[in-house]
Amino acid sequence: MSLASHDAAMMGASANASASASFAPILHVEHLSMRFGGLVAINDLSFAAQRGDITALIGPNGAGKTTVFNCITGFYKPSGGRIALQFGDPGVWDELDALTERGTRSASRGDGVLFLLERMPDYLVTQRARVARTFQNIRLFQGMTVLENLLVAQHNPLMWASGYTVLGALGLRVYARAERAAMDKARYWLDRIALTERADDLAGELPYGAQRRLEIARAMCTDPVLLCLDEPAAGLNPSESAELGRYLHAIRDEHATSILLIEHDMTVVMEISDHIIVLDHGQKIADGTSDDIRNDPKVVAAYLGVEEEEVAEGDVQ
Amino acid sequence: MTHEASAPASRVDIVRALRETAITALVAFGLLLPLIGFNTVQNIHNELVLETRWPLLAAMVAIIAAGRFLHAIILAPWLARQAVRKRRGEGERAGTRGRIMRFVVPFTLGFAVLYPVIALSLAGTQGAVKWIDNFGVQILIYVMLGWGLNIVVGLAGLLDLGYVAFYAVGAYSYALLASSFGLSFWILLPIAGCLAAFWGILLGFPVLRLRGDYLAIVTLAFGEIIRLVLINWVPVTNGYAGISSIPRPTFFGIPFNASDEGFAARFGLEFSPVYRTVFLYYLILGLALLTAAMTVRLRQLPIGRAWEALREDEIACRSLGINTTNTKLTAFAMGAMFAGFAGSFFAARQGFISPESFTFMESAVIVAIVVLGGMGSLIGVAIAAVIMIGGTEIMRELDFLKLVFGSDFDPTQYRMLLFGFAMVLIMVWRPRGLIATREPSTFLNAPRLSLLRSRKTEDAQPSLARERHG
Repeated sequence: MSLASHDAAMMGASANASASASFAPILHVEHLSMRFGGLVAINDLSFAAQRGDITALIGPNGAGKTTVFNCITGFYKPSGGRIALQFGDPGVWDELDALTERGTRSASRGDGVLFLLERMPDYLVTQRARVARTFQNIRLFQGMTVLENLLVAQHNPLMWASGYTVLGALGLRVYARAERAAMDKARYWLDRIALTERADDLAGELPYGAQRRLEIARAMCTDPVLLCLDEPAAGLNPSESAELGRYLHAIRDEHATSILLIEHDMTVVMEISDHIIVLDHGQKIADGTSDDIRNDPKVVAAYLGVEEEEVAEGDVQ
Repeated sequence: MTHEASAPASRVDIVRALRETAITALVAFGLLLPLIGFNTVQNIHNELVLETRWPLLAAMVAIIAAGRFLHAIILAPWLARQAVRKRRGEGERAGTRGRIMRFVVPFTLGFAVLYPVIALSLAGTQGAVKWIDNFGVQILIYVMLGWGLNIVVGLAGLLDLGYVAFYAVGAYSYALLASSFGLSFWILLPIAGCLAAFWGILLGFPVLRLRGDYLAIVTLAFGEIIRLVLINWVPVTNGYAGISSIPRPTFFGIPFNASDEGFAARFGLEFSPVYRTVFLYYLILGLALLTAAMTVRLRQLPIGRAWEALREDEIACRSLGINTTNTKLTAFAMGAMFAGFAGSFFAARQGFISPESFTFMESAVIVAIVVLGGMGSLIGVAIAAVIMIGGTEIMRELDFLKLVFGSDFDPTQYRMLLFGFAMVLIMVWRPRGLIATREPSTFLNAPRLSLLRSRKTEDAQPSLARERHG
């Protein structure tokens, strides 16, 4: 039921965007599987994340959520399946099969670009395909200042502007201008996360909640089209969680960034997500809006540990 | 602990100190009895005879016990007081340190520039050669090597134990190219740097996927490989015998010799070897300052920030789209290049090189300088180089010790012992090096003013937890 409605939504979106494209999500994962030796972490997982949505990936511990993230962001090479990401003109989705055949990483049509993320190394996923991520255990550059953290995130444009260091070392104006732009962007994000006052303090000295916000801001400084957040509300108190929700909504509404997030805190998930995908044992067990998910007996079973037969019965009823 | 000592408390302290002393003496006696108390010697009939050395044993135990006693009644309370004071007034101390630092750098630079003049005026033309060469040039070579390695170890966080290999590449490049093609020092200096950087990249490609201890081991092996190649590739490197009569650097074409074309004759001076030494001094000073200037400049650029980010967290770097392989390679190549410069200077200064100058000990000394100085701190590395290398040279000068310990006594043989001791002390008192504070590469709120404003980190953060292995 939920799947049907979701597909209908997809069709609607694509009809508006492009006549030729049959569908136009930002991220399309098909038959993804990941095995570590004998352990199957993800088994034939398919889902799509819509452009401009906050899509949540939930599931009990060990369901394979972070593994999915690591596959999308290039940290793992999946054992099988296809992960396609697209931005710009959605017509480029038509190239998907040709691209897969060709064995290259990306295809473009007009201003639309399509990437096969499973073929790209991790840093290119961020650099070219513009996917940014945060980590479950915050990975800030703790010994560097808050400002420096945001500047490191703008490494690639700055590197280019500094002529791969040569022009920058000579002190050319091109680089000075680029650096000023980078500072402005950092200032904007510092303002957004209310850390302007502490910009010159070490990132490791910030309180936990501020570190979480900073990590998201740092990811946003890479100009992503897709922002992957691994448990952004972990360790936050209720008021901080509520603030995080507002922050994420603001990012979604004001920047051309779609959000994919993993979260355990159900109140946060239900409140902020436009679309929820539930994983258990590496497989998708439900997919839909928060209302669909809340009432899905399989989801309840997965979280509360009900036996298989009872689920079947529940389905019948 | 706080040592607001009233009379009964201090008596208890002394009793406790005496008890600790007694225990220490007992342990020392137990340990030293077999080691020092007994000695086996061969007599004329080739028989082993057991000798006892009670006075020596007693002296050793007494020294150890006295040390322990002094520690218990003087050093330990002092340390405790220091710890309390540190907890109270960290901010002020950081402030004073900042002020001192800003004063120290121009002063040290001025001293470095004027040093040959001072040496000449104090020691005369003859005596100054030793002071400028042994202290000035020798220390500056290690300052430069320390600053070069600082890029790799201090900024990028890649532990390189084979740094001396690039120093050797630079030295042999200069020696071979200068003696077979007769190219001048100024042409060969950049070539030697480029060759060293090339070898840095060549080594870097396969090994930079390794991290921490593993990288350290592979770089150590690379250092040995280069040395063994230098020893065994006799047709080119002349093996153990080394390369001699390497052309010396000229003063922009004017050689430093006694001929009519020589430097002294051209400038109407009386010939003296000191001119060459002074020239070499300013040459290595210039090269070292070039290294420092490059480091300072690169830290302001994205590449330098990426190096430091890499040291902090490699995975986070990759998640931000930074090509970590290339970033590491540039750090490696940059560090190797400065080692190559230093190497070609070394060859030109010595006029003779052999593989013996490029042993693992050299790498270890350079790494020790960087670690002692504080990873990433230019000032700290310079101070550590002065202490380590200057200390060695000073030991050669301590002739009066021969009067105390007998004419066989050579203080330089205790060099490693003292270095080890210094390392242990640094590890205990300043685990992050002499200067452990890191200057941010850029500021938002208080440009340049907040120099050492929020410097509580150094002691607030558990330093060991932050050193990532693997």
